[in-house]
Amino acid sequence: MPAKGYIEVNELYCKACELCVTDCPFGVLALDMEHLTPKGYHPAHMINPDACTGCGICATVCPDAAITVYRYERKKTEA
Amino acid sequence: MVLKDVPTKLIYERPAVYDPRVTHYCPGCTHGVAHRLVAEVLEEMGEVDNAIGVASVGCSVFIYNYFNIDFVEAPHGRAPAMATGIKRVLPESTVFTYQGDGDLASIGMGEIVGAASRGELISVIFINNANYGMTGGQMAPTTLPGQKTTSSPTGRDVKRQGYPVQTAELLSTLTGSAYVVRRSMHNPREIKRAKKAIRTAFEVQKHGLGFALVELLSTCPTNWKMTPDDARSWVEERMTEFFPLGDYKVSPAVAELKI
Amino acid sequence: MAKELIKGNTAVAEAALRAGLEAYFGYPITPQTELLEHLSARMPELGRPFVQAESELGAINMVYGAACTGKRVMTSSSSPGVSLMMEGLSYIAGTEVPMVLVDVVRGGPGLGNIAPAQGDYNQIVHGGGHGDYRMIVLAPASVQEAVDMTALAFDLAEKYRTITAIMLDGSIGQMMEPAELPPMQPLKKDIPDWAVRGNRDDGDWHLLTSINLDPPAQEVMNLRLMQRWQEIEKNEVRYKGYYLDDAEFVVVGFGTAGRVSLSAVRAAREKGIKVGLLRPITVAPFPDEVLDELAQKVQAFLVVEMNSGQMLEDVRLVVRGRKPVEFFGRMGGVVPFPDEVLTEIERLVKGPLTTEGHPRDRWLPRLAETIG
Repeated sequence: MPAKGYIEVNELYCKACELCVTDCPFGVLALDMEHLTPKGYHPAHMINPDACTGCGICATVCPDAAITVYRYERKKTEA
Repeated sequence: MVLKDVPTKLIYERPAVYDPRVTHYCPGCTHGVAHRLVAEVLEEMGEVDNAIGVASVGCSVFIYNYFNIDFVEAPHGRAPAMATGIKRVLPESTVFTYQGDGDLASIGMGEIVGAASRGELISVIFINNANYGMTGGQMAPTTLPGQKTTSSPTGRDVKRQGYPVQTAELLSTLTGSAYVVRRSMHNPREIKRAKKAIRTAFEVQKHGLGFALVELLSTCPTNWKMTPDDARSWVEERMTEFFPLGDYKVSPAVAELKI
Repeated sequence: MAKELIKGNTAVAEAALRAGLEAYFGYPITPQTELLEHLSARMPELGRPFVQAESELGAINMVYGAACTGKRVMTSSSSPGVSLMMEGLSYIAGTEVPMVLVDVVRGGPGLGNIAPAQGDYNQIVHGGGHGDYRMIVLAPASVQEAVDMTALAFDLAEKYRTITAIMLDGSIGQMMEPAELPPMQPLKKDIPDWAVRGNRDDGDWHLLTSINLDPPAQEVMNLRLMQRWQEIEKNEVRYKGYYLDDAEFVVVGFGTAGRVSLSAVRAAREKGIKVGLLRPITVAPFPDEVLDELAQKVQAFLVVEMNSGQMLEDVRLVVRGRKPVEFFGRMGGVVPFPDEVLTEIERLVKGPLTTEGHPRDRWLPRLAETIG
């Protein structure tokens, strides 16, 4: 199932509160335990990008406005 | 991971009116959500250049560092009075205060009741997180019975320490109040409803319909000693019991507003 | 313009209006309520904001907000109400926005009474609220002087981005005297560049706060305030001297006490006593220079106040023990009569005098005897 959208987490602002991880309806996100932000947090990132629909719920709950949301614009293919 | 050859549409990005600074708020603190909603509303209404914010004293004391709009700093509790002074001399500007439990419902109770009863044309964002966050988690007028805080270490004893104040209910009894509602930010759906209420509060000011206040149930993960998600559950399960969400005052003129 | 018989409070209110007062926020308290009442009628007439706040606390903070927009704003109160305003005054001073405060002083401490007094000197002259700041304080002694001081108060406040207080004894606020009111001035149009204004016409946003979390940054700000105070001390001292040229003894008194003392000084002159009067008009900045000059040539000073000896300390500081300084005061809202002051002048002249000890210690027993 191809992704319908994608998100970017700006690691300057992410404080690893995990609200986006919890609220994403499609399990797209998790904290990146391999990486630390300049402030010492493990930032959220997409681990399941194919499931992203670009619904924007993550950005809605993010207290730090760290998330940018995009949707792919695909034309409908001929049947 | 990100598909490069497919055209994309931007759905959401950080508000332009935001300063690039990182906020000092704790991870998961819903101050950040409330700030964002105010920023989004001001941008959507085209009010960014017209807004004057009145910062108060509490965790949000430095809100003025996070928004690139005109701001003044009020003494503890006095924001509604400062806002009154500004709005009366600059009636065309969009004046709002952003206050916490202690600021609005304790030390500032005189000022908020004065402003609401006079029907001042200001919009008030009231953050209710059941404690005094900035000073380390003391009991607030909004602390629940039995709730442990640093100044009610064995739990709020209503016999000695009284009952919580229900601010939205209190202010709704005043004729000058045109729009007084309580919302929450404990899940995406409530956040969307909160944004609509904040938008309405600013529209009420724009249309000169009276005093508008949105009480927002908020989390304080650090002082409640919970994870951000558990804190949201505490809001949903415990706080909404004593502070029911709803519309406490919607004047007829406000009800007719098409937003 | 012709003189009219007018009450002090009303005169100050109208004078402020004519000086371009753009907004007034206040709360009723005796003996200054007429000022608020007059403006409650006149401000709406002129389409200017007037709010009777929920308390003096509300009023001073409304002034604070409006002052941040750069407009001419004022509040008025009396001693207990001014105490409530101290927090606001400190914040306003810390934010460096101009405003005018009228304090119509009454007997205290506590609720006291509604009779005239000068017991707010310490509070007003030494800043009042917490932290390092001073305000310009004008002490008129007649209704006309109060009217003249009002426009000056706004000009000084704006010139120095500071608070100017007009400290009226309750008597001046309440008395009716002939006075000439100034003509109506237009409202000023220019917006100071530091002001918040909502509609951003210069593409920039403005922040007005008194917070300086970083101590070195706070110190820079404190230094700026004090340097500005030095400028004020250099440029803005005002006083009136009567019969000082050949004076051997000088009475020092402000406001009503100064006025009563003038009658006593005149009576003493008729008796051949070479006494003069120094009446500070600005009690902050204090007329140090002229007092210092007098300390070098006269024999002794008599400070007369309607309090327990507050300006007395500032006089003693300048005189530095070079000459005797004696004190006469009435407290609690009691106004001295000229013949009481004349008796004190005669006591001063008769002597013997000393620079030892504190003049209050010599005055208190005499007062105790007088009031039984």
